[in-house]
Amino acid sequence: MGMNMSEKILARHAGLESVKAGQLITCKLDMVLANDITAPPSIKKFEEIGRPVFDNEKIALVPDHFQPAKDIKSAELAKAVRDFANKWNIVNYFEQGRVGIEHVILPEKGIVGPGMLTIGADSHTCTYGAVNGFATGVGSTDLGAAMATGEAWFKVPEAIKVNLTGQKPENINGKDVILTLIGMIGVDGARYKSLEFTGPGVKELTMTDRLTIANMAIEAGGKNGIFPFDEVCKEYVEGRVKKPYEPVEADADAQYCQTVEINLSELKPVVAFPHLPGNTKRVEDIETPIAIDQVIIGSCTNGRLEDMQIAAEILKGHKVADRVRCIIIPGSPAIYKESMRLGYIDAFIDAGCSVSTPTCGPCLGGYMGIMAAGEKCVSTTNRNFRGRMGHVDSEVYLAGPHVAAASAVLGRIATPEEVK
Amino acid sequence: MKLEGKVWRYGDNIDTDVIIPARYLNSFDPKELASHCMVDIDESFSQNVKAGDIMVGGKNFGCGSSREHAPVAIKASGVPVVIAANFARIFYRNGINIGLPLLEIGDDVEKISADDQLRVDTATGVIENVTTGDVFHANPLPGFIQDIAKAGGLINYIKEKK
Ligand code: SF4
Repeated sequence: MGMNMSEKILARHAGLESVKAGQLITCKLDMVLANDITAPPSIKKFEEIGRPVFDNEKIALVPDHFQPAKDIKSAELAKAVRDFANKWNIVNYFEQGRVGIEHVILPEKGIVGPGMLTIGADSHTCTYGAVNGFATGVGSTDLGAAMATGEAWFKVPEAIKVNLTGQKPENINGKDVILTLIGMIGVDGARYKSLEFTGPGVKELTMTDRLTIANMAIEAGGKNGIFPFDEVCKEYVEGRVKKPYEPVEADADAQYCQTVEINLSELKPVVAFPHLPGNTKRVEDIETPIAIDQVIIGSCTNGRLEDMQIAAEILKGHKVADRVRCIIIPGSPAIYKESMRLGYIDAFIDAGCSVSTPTCGPCLGGYMGIMAAGEKCVSTTNRNFRGRMGHVDSEVYLAGPHVAAASAVLGRIATPEEVK
Repeated sequence: MKLEGKVWRYGDNIDTDVIIPARYLNSFDPKELASHCMVDIDESFSQNVKAGDIMVGGKNFGCGSSREHAPVAIKASGVPVVIAANFARIFYRNGINIGLPLLEIGDDVEKISADDQLRVDTATGVIENVTTGDVFHANPLPGFIQDIAKAGGLINYIKEKK
């Protein structure tokens, strides 16, 4: 019986010929990741085991959530991570000024690649499926144990095949694809399962689109999301991933528990209403205008160069609406610098946006854009749970950079076409 | 483990931001986390929960972030077991790893209401609703996951295996 992409990666790392859904296995890991919130408790667990790190080149520590430190406690967290990195000579530790959002910089720097198995103490670790890897989020105990053993246990997930067809229209990007999918299958539609994106539509998607889509597999409850290795992926990873890598391809007779069809040609810009990523609606179907107070463009979902470009093209020559705050956060130093070189940052500042150093910041309600009671935000982030970005009575509407930028200009949730 | 306690009942898709909001994540002291547990939807929980009380949720309990702070906050509140229709994956994993038993009972969860008294045997998965007389059976833990649970969590399990 054939295997799908996820099964192949898991089997290879378990040292088995084949695996099947439901099987419990122990796998060797290529990369383990933690951030400034999850690393300190992981370190504590790691120390309880009392062994050295399994490999100082296979651990990534990314202080991105509350850093540059927003308060004393956050500074203590960062210090704990820094001290650990020094003690064990962790190669992939990133200091302020060099750090970006974890799921932006790991693919960008080629730390994760095709066929690789990664766990991260962060639920959006699933992002690396975009580069044909198996990557999934775990908690701090798993992570602490993995730093000592280089292994983790897995239950082989069943897989949902997402068959992409058609052509991606202008003004549609990865965020519209994934929000549409979550709207279709629900926030638990892929619970415990893998999402495998295949079909002729895959080639329509840029790497940025794929990273956005894989990033939000977890918002459908998924264990991971994974894309095939094709020319687009090859071009992206070549020169970045320095280690040898072995891409995976699904067998023709691979098993799937369900197939979902998405015709890209039919997509329209969508937004997810509070308080679930599955509350999606086409922007054009919004009947009563929704006035907003804030726009966030950034995060591990949409903080990449292409997102900056989409936002800049809409904001250029326009002004952010009166009494609306638009905060733009490039996901990595490299993206920040390129955005500057290409004039995007000028366009943002001229439009009246504030631009921040890379950080998760407001995405998880950390800092740098927290909302008061009753406020509404259009955000390119990935979660709109109650209280996610501040007061419990504030509201987050999730959208792509195109809708976010257009909404900033018009002061209400809008499609990019409405900005003339 | 045999347990008996009063039910704190919550609905579907209880996410980790609700269990412990990010604004409290600059600490990982279990007691401090417990003092903010569920505040955004139920301020009375952290004030009134008693050791041995049981938390019961609906579908997809614990969805959202990977923060282990969420099951830790619940456990440190004195809750010895969480019952739900089903759990989100990372939360489930974290529960096992930190030694907080999680029992999945599907639609039967509808037959449990706030303040019911439950008797739970985590080893057999048998749950008795003392208030209504209903009895439910949770799926047992598979394979070596049983052993992790028995060891009281992943860290002990690894230490024992060595
Ligand atoms: S940007 Fe948001 S979702 Fe992404 S890692 Fe940071 S906090 Fe998590």
